Amino acid sequence: MATPLVEMVGITKRFGPLLANDHVNLSIRPGEIVGLLGENGAGKTTLMNILFGTYAADEGTIRVEGKAVRIHNSAEALAAGIGMVHQHFLLAPRLTVMENLLVGMPRQGLALDVAGARRKLDDIAREFGLKLDPEQRVSSLAVGEQQRLEIIKALFRGARVLILDEPTAVLAPPDVEGLFTALRAIAARSLGIVFISHKLNEVRALTSRCVILRHGRVSGEIADPRSASTRDIAELMCGHEIKPTIRPPVIKGAELLSFSHVSTASHPGTALKDVSLAVRGGEILGLAGVSGNGQKALADVVSGMLRPVSGTVSIDGQEVHDFTPAEVQRLGLGRVPEDRLASGLVSSMTLAESMALPRIAEAPFSHRDLLSRRGIADFAQKQIREFDIRCSGPNARTGTLSGGNLQKALLARELAFDPKAVIVAQPTRGLDIAATRFVHEKFLALRAAGRAVLVISEDLDELMALSDRIAVIYEGRIVGVLVAEEATVSRIGLLMSGAFEKAA
Amino acid sequence: MVRLQLRNDVSPALNFALPLAAVAFTLVLCSSLIRIAGASVVDAYGVMLSAAFGDTYAITETLVRATPMIFTGLAVAVAFRAKFWNIGAEGQLLSGAVLSCMVGAIDMPGGIAIALMFVAGFAGGAVTALIPAVLRLKFKVDDVVSSLLLNSVVLYGVMALIEGPWKDSLSGYPISPPIQDSANFPVFIEGTRLHLGVLAAFLAAPVVWFVIARTVLGFKIRATGENPEASRFGGIDTRRVIFTTALLSGGLAGLAGVCQVGGVHYQVMAEISPGYGYSGIVIAMLARLNPLGVVPAAIFLSAVMVGADAMSRATGVPAFIGQVVQGVALISMLVALLFTQYRVQFRKVAA
Amino acid sequence: MNAVLEQIFQVGFLAAIIRIATPLTLATLGEMISERSGVLNLGIEGIMLISAMTGFMGAYYSDNLWVGVLTAAVTGAAFAALHATLTVFLGVSQHVCGIGITLLCTGLAYFFFRLSFTDSSHPATVQSFETIPIPGLASIPVLGPALFNQFGLTYLTALLVPVMAFMLYRTPWGLNLRMAGENPRAADAAGVNVMATRFMAVTLGGALMGIAGAFLTMAQFNTFTFGVISGRGWIAIALVVFGRWDPWRCAGAALLFACVDALQLRLQAAGVSHIPYEAFLALPFVFTIAAMALMSRDAAAPPALLRPFRKEER
Repeated sequence: MATPLVEMVGITKRFGPLLANDHVNLSIRPGEIVGLLGENGAGKTTLMNILFGTYAADEGTIRVEGKAVRIHNSAEALAAGIGMVHQHFLLAPRLTVMENLLVGMPRQGLALDVAGARRKLDDIAREFGLKLDPEQRVSSLAVGEQQRLEIIKALFRGARVLILDEPTAVLAPPDVEGLFTALRAIAARSLGIVFISHKLNEVRALTSRCVILRHGRVSGEIADPRSASTRDIAELMCGHEIKPTIRPPVIKGAELLSFSHVSTASHPGTALKDVSLAVRGGEILGLAGVSGNGQKALADVVSGMLRPVSGTVSIDGQEVHDFTPAEVQRLGLGRVPEDRLASGLVSSMTLAESMALPRIAEAPFSHRDLLSRRGIADFAQKQIREFDIRCSGPNARTGTLSGGNLQKALLARELAFDPKAVIVAQPTRGLDIAATRFVHEKFLALRAAGRAVLVISEDLDELMALSDRIAVIYEGRIVGVLVAEEATVSRIGLLMSGAFEKAA
Repeated sequence: MVRLQLRNDVSPALNFALPLAAVAFTLVLCSSLIRIAGASVVDAYGVMLSAAFGDTYAITETLVRATPMIFTGLAVAVAFRAKFWNIGAEGQLLSGAVLSCMVGAIDMPGGIAIALMFVAGFAGGAVTALIPAVLRLKFKVDDVVSSLLLNSVVLYGVMALIEGPWKDSLSGYPISPPIQDSANFPVFIEGTRLHLGVLAAFLAAPVVWFVIARTVLGFKIRATGENPEASRFGGIDTRRVIFTTALLSGGLAGLAGVCQVGGVHYQVMAEISPGYGYSGIVIAMLARLNPLGVVPAAIFLSAVMVGADAMSRATGVPAFIGQVVQGVALISMLVALLFTQYRVQFRKVAA
Repeated sequence: MNAVLEQIFQVGFLAAIIRIATPLTLATLGEMISERSGVLNLGIEGIMLISAMTGFMGAYYSDNLWVGVLTAAVTGAAFAALHATLTVFLGVSQHVCGIGITLLCTGLAYFFFRLSFTDSSHPATVQSFETIPIPGLASIPVLGPALFNQFGLTYLTALLVPVMAFMLYRTPWGLNLRMAGENPRAADAAGVNVMATRFMAVTLGGALMGIAGAFLTMAQFNTFTFGVISGRGWIAIALVVFGRWDPWRCAGAALLFACVDALQLRLQAAGVSHIPYEAFLALPFVFTIAAMALMSRDAAAPPALLRPFRKEER
């Protein structure tokens, strides 16, 4: 058997307390297209970033063509023959194709070797079938062409191993075919390819072998993806079936939060396409989906941060008109954002001030334009007690709180005003078990009190435990809504991956 | 290898120590300039101290000199809090000076004149600051560059005024007609220049502090500057906040101009501001954007300037050392601020 | 109107335009190259001033004008390097740091000049540069004396424009520099050392700003005065925007401004204009502010301008 082009042995990487990669082994042989699968946070991108020099592994070795190497930055990775196509393209839109190709190339003379570059481009076109007009400005390239440029860039620098991170996330179906043809041609030339994805049908169609990561560890390898069952793959990705928590039956009330045919304009991230969804009082609706399939747009629309181009959103029967945060708050919606410190709380203000922010102009936080420090502090103190927020007090700097306590603060901030409906995104990301349980209890309490809760999460276990119903979003559309009894990990996983064999 | 890692706690002691450290570093560095000039450091700083604080007259001079800088320092501090980069305090000061001079020249009872001068000066500065604000909000123009360039435009406008319609027809000197005698700010201590504006400045600082720290508007300004995204999510109209901040900031800078016209020069000339607007930036940074801290910071800079003048007469050290102090103080403060945001880590480079 | 036309078609006028444009072009190119890499250098006004001063002193004490020019270039590079260290490596606010550098340099310039030359009634002067007529070309009617009887520094500046365009657009160095200003993450992923590139660009820009200052004290005038720069640094900031960060356009913008400046000087001297001359002086600033608002500035400005690049380890 040929020497592997790249061998990663025992790669371990920690970010603080988080173990992103746990003794991972991965090898790439010439001619192989290796699929690297896993949920968000499984460690796929981290692993590849280590290979490409963006991060340094804490333990483990990397061997290129049998020789151990140390890769400290992208220049060294490129020199070692490793190229990467990132999920978010790294291109300069105002420069031409040629310029984007030539930037950073070592050992060039005084002037840019345009003629030589053209020759190389012709070679690449001939060998791999990948062609682009060198003089065209990148901004005028279609998304598929931009990706082609990223691939050509790697080949141009002599890559023998090509890493692609979720390459089809930005492509329309016809472009996907073109990509696959190109990748097959590249593999046929004895290069190695690592294909990071969460889309099972694509992985099945393209890869010669699959490695699946879960929680930073290799949870399984599939030698023949085409014949493996999707259920098996999904289970390796998402884990085994979990018995749902006992949720006491609650009488469902009227619709408290509803979307009707909501579409948004194209948006950084996926836009919503004709989304209709309703959450009733006494119900927890979970929204499952791999990150980047429209969840952000949905959350932004509900939160009043994004105006849809069509469709209506209603809160307790009242239609949302202006789409401002103030309006949806007034209509009785509680919102807990995904990015706690970026969109939720202000890390440099005190905890009390952060918690008072959304209603600062109202009692008890202020009285006629004058802040009521007493009111602000008392409110915070009360919430700290009720929600058991660990901090040094209401005057603690918000940024000093741990993730779990920040989440509690965000929840407290909203729940204290008895919202009719609550939307939360990634509520327990980065939280420990105790904090997670606490948060879940709060949701169940809301449910018991007849409120509507919409939980957007990438953690299937969580959704399965909490939700009365689970909706799945894929490429901006709701592709299925399963009632708790019918929701299994594999069914949800299938919908999340775009395989619609067993849609509800 | 030195790495800067984001810090997430700041002890209040550090808050206090940093400007002092920056000032100390500045004085030490500038002492080398004194030595290069061939003077004794002790003598030179001694002269500086006594010229700034040595007797009643000296103290009043320091305070008079500090007054416009308290206002520009407040102006910049308020603006920077909202991350509205108002580098145009210089131009706003001039606008305030011109408008208050116009009003002050009208014949009316002194008390009313002075009150109207303050109003007019505030308005002039506020309107001038609106231009970069609108450019930023509507056209996404960088507020630093636009406010900076606007300074020159306003200056040329003022020069055109005093060399044109306002020119003193008798002497041909480019200077505006003076305000009415009744509009001259009253002086508190016989024989000094300690005028009403000084009191206004000392009153303004706590008022501005109160607005920033204790009102809803102040909260919104702080939140917008600290985290505009979270502010918007929380329902704060950040655009309106920037707009209001610009008005407030410009108005304060305008008041600096009012004080110079009403209390010191009684008319407008081209050199009415030797860079007070830019000094305001130094002061605001030294004060860490705290309105109360602006007062001691302004007094420090003023003492340096007054002292530098005296130092140059007594020891031959050029008075420009004062400007060097400003520049070094600002830069050292910027570096010092890094220590509040980042923890310096020394890591061994992997072999 | 006649008077205006009379003024324009004088040989001296055309020569004046070129002369006025020289330091402006140098300063603008220096700022342009810094901004192209992603760093705004508001220290330009102060850097030009202190370099003008040190250049003058260098020429005065060494009796050699080119030593002066070199001194100015080195001074400019040094203070620009200080700015670069603070903003690129330490990541402090580019705006505020630039203002600090201007304050620092201005203070230092005046301080050391006053120390060295205490007698203000007899200002020190140098034997300023002489113009160098290019044989043959200088005798072309009208254009000859205007274009081809200029200072050596002016010829060098004229050469610098195409050289800079070549370096920026056709060399790997220039491409990497532009990439640092377009998309530093992409540049980094392609193997470019973004921080080193920006540092170099800012420092080189500072050297050019320094030479601009030297021109003012040693060619256009023959002495250093406190008002020798008087806002030309800020004008350069404006001209970079006007010139849309391109060497040729920046040079064109400088020439345009020089025309207006030369014109208003002459009209003033002729006692002609009803419009206050300050209106002309204010014109480039007003134009630039308007241009920034109307010309989708985002389209022309380097996208990474003002954003510090930090390699984050998550």
